[in-house]
Amino acid sequence: MAQTQYKYMDMIHRCFRCGYCKFPQDWEDVDNCPAYARHRLESHSNGGRLWLIRAWITGELELTDHLAEIIYSCVACKNCEEKCPLSFSDDILNMVIAARAEMVAQGRIPSPVKTYLKNIQLHGNPYGIGAKKRSDWMQELSIEPFEKQEFLFFVGSEGAYDSRAQHAARALSRLFQKAELSFGVLGNDETDDGNEVELLGEEGLVEMLAEKNIASFNERGIKNIITLSPHAYNALKNIYPRFGGSYQVYHYTQILPNLIQSGRLHPPKLENTTITYHDPCFLGRWNREYTAPRRVLQAIGGSKLIEMDRNRKSAFCCGGGSGNYYTDLLGGSDDSPARIRARQAHATGATILAVACPNCLTMLEDAVKVEGLEGKIQVKDIAELIDGESAS
Amino acid sequence: MDSIYAALMDIVGEDYVSNQTEELFTYSKDLGTSEPQWPDYVAAPKTVEQVSRIVKLANEQKLAVVPLGGGLSLAGLALPLRGGITLDLKRMDQILELNEQSRYIVVEAGISHGKVTAYLHKHAPRLMHSEPGAPAAATIGGNLAIHGQGDLAHPYGFNSDMINGLEVVLPTGEICRFGSCAIGNDWYTLHPLPDLQLFLGWSGCTGIITKVSLRLFPCKKFQEQDLFIVQDENLVPEIIYEMTHIGMAEDIMAISQEIPPPFNRLHCILVNISGDSKEELEFKRQLIFDGKLARYIEDGVGGIGAVGQKIERPQVSKTSDWRKGGGFEYVGSIVPVSYYPECYRRGSEISARHGIPYTVLGRVVGSSHGMMFSWTYAFNRADEETVRHAREALHETDRMVLELGGTLWKPAVFGQKLVMDRMDPNTLQMMKKVKHLLDPNGIMNPGNWEVA
Repeated sequence: MAQTQYKYMDMIHRCFRCGYCKFPQDWEDVDNCPAYARHRLESHSNGGRLWLIRAWITGELELTDHLAEIIYSCVACKNCEEKCPLSFSDDILNMVIAARAEMVAQGRIPSPVKTYLKNIQLHGNPYGIGAKKRSDWMQELSIEPFEKQEFLFFVGSEGAYDSRAQHAARALSRLFQKAELSFGVLGNDETDDGNEVELLGEEGLVEMLAEKNIASFNERGIKNIITLSPHAYNALKNIYPRFGGSYQVYHYTQILPNLIQSGRLHPPKLENTTITYHDPCFLGRWNREYTAPRRVLQAIGGSKLIEMDRNRKSAFCCGGGSGNYYTDLLGGSDDSPARIRARQAHATGATILAVACPNCLTMLEDAVKVEGLEGKIQVKDIAELIDGESAS
Repeated sequence: MDSIYAALMDIVGEDYVSNQTEELFTYSKDLGTSEPQWPDYVAAPKTVEQVSRIVKLANEQKLAVVPLGGGLSLAGLALPLRGGITLDLKRMDQILELNEQSRYIVVEAGISHGKVTAYLHKHAPRLMHSEPGAPAAATIGGNLAIHGQGDLAHPYGFNSDMINGLEVVLPTGEICRFGSCAIGNDWYTLHPLPDLQLFLGWSGCTGIITKVSLRLFPCKKFQEQDLFIVQDENLVPEIIYEMTHIGMAEDIMAISQEIPPPFNRLHCILVNISGDSKEELEFKRQLIFDGKLARYIEDGVGGIGAVGQKIERPQVSKTSDWRKGGGFEYVGSIVPVSYYPECYRRGSEISARHGIPYTVLGRVVGSSHGMMFSWTYAFNRADEETVRHAREALHETDRMVLELGGTLWKPAVFGQKLVMDRMDPNTLQMMKKVKHLLDPNGIMNPGNWEVA
């Protein structure tokens, strides 16, 4: 790779590999980087990754399949940026993403990443399911297409296609209906939000997705958007303005507290229940929203909210970011991040692990099963908990 | 498949061994100015039994074994100078026992200092261990292997003086324990059994430290850092002598650095004090400032820089970003406190010769029994010329330390040779015999402390 092509050439050598980036806020251990926690070799720490990228850029190393896997093993949780004390910390992930962009340009990316991007290119979702099936999830719900309503409900690819996440999308829609919220959806006109595509370095595809969604928003005069997924929330809030799309974007947990407080929604009572909450990276570290989801959970009668040791800025990622909920580059181990997180949740004694992200939902529910914790702790999206209907 | 790779995989599991270029590259690099040295394999054991099996395998294969902790010595002490297996010990990170009453904690040696600090803060807030100035990822075992010091050096000495017991995998693979734990007792003392201390400060050349009983010390409720500043470097030793006489401080450091400019040529004496009450803290502050430092203020040769600054633990270092170059290395030495003025003057001259803003630091060890004095040379990792200058400055400093009568601390191979050149021949021969006795195949971190 030519050095002149790499945007962060004047910065990447500044990583000293001091290792602060591995820690949570309270220094509890060196394992708060999901990729490092999974592999425990320095090559998979963030410092190791930056040094490898630099070696590739300067020609010291060739681009190999293994190098590509290491660079794609970062799940973009931002723990490193949160903990690194140095002045370039805000660009740590950008350095990784820029390297991925060059790998995409060279066509040298891990096979699951290639499939992920190809599916989105072809079908507008990573699952490879036809775009015309995007609105199948809401068949029995009488949800109106967006016309002149107050809010657009942006479902996202996970909520639209993943069978487990669909349940969360349906629960949230029911809540909106119960609260008589003025909302509509794009149906089959919605396409993938592009958040993961951006993180995976496919710059052209991000632009295409953003422009398609922005055109749909603008044609309908959409001003206010509620997302199911924090990943979509991040894309619409922080990426789309780059392409001329500026909207008032909310994650659904930012809408529910007002609906509850105003009496339009009545959370169920869950007597003698203990709930622990997993902060999704794209709501928490990426967008600093730690309070709203907890306000919703605290409104559930009869239950007690207890925190995991690693919460808020220190939350340990489920490992699903950067498309890894699909590409699964950190799977296959007792120390896969989702399994570690499931154990951390179980250690609190909680019987419910509440999430606010469809990726976390699927990652952690699978992990609970693999850990043999079924029957001990249930993974529930906050929308499902407030809706009160059991997962189908 | 490579048979050694297969054997390592059998020992530590597939996920924790590699002979792929990317891992070998990563472990070939030190954070300082050392040239890369490539291992043939990298393995990350989880248990002492796995370490033992790997060492036995290495003896069979006559392969070098290089133990690695946090990799933060900056002096290339965990670089595989003769290839072989780099053992990343950071998976051995468990806390095995906390005994509050007897004030010790037993840990696996790959645990980070940050984890120990966090654990004590949460589970035993009235206790602390001596935390080194290195980043929090530095390991307990690694720090002992280099005779580290920390923020309790003034009252209690070197970190390697603060242990109650050790478990070590010998270079031939046997697992040995030292101290009360060796006779099946708890890990409460290293003494009074016959002295077999052959592992501390050896940079892993005589064995792999796998478990440590660390002494803990009272952690008082209120802690603060105070700063006293003088311009005349010759005053520093007497000020330190006076302050160590009253013994009120937990840590005393003198720092001088060219950047930022307002501090250039000034000597900042940082004093950490603590108390279980505000009254105790105030009492100590008065003894130090009113009792010992007031006269320097009255004479117009000293001033108070700050009082009551918060102490950050673990300490966060931004030294590597000073020149926005991502690199620095320092020469450390143990010298009498009286050497401070000369160390400072000579160090700033060396820095000037190499175009590097000078940074020197002296940390008091014991009651003025000694001082760890360091000269830091920052470089730009992307500019080979600055790396060369830093390397040359380091070598000059190594020579200067020995000319002054100082003793190099955790020297790189270059400095080790200088030390051994000056070493009493009988002592040198004993080092050689000890090394050969313990490590007949010469597999443990070869190239370090190697007597010709």
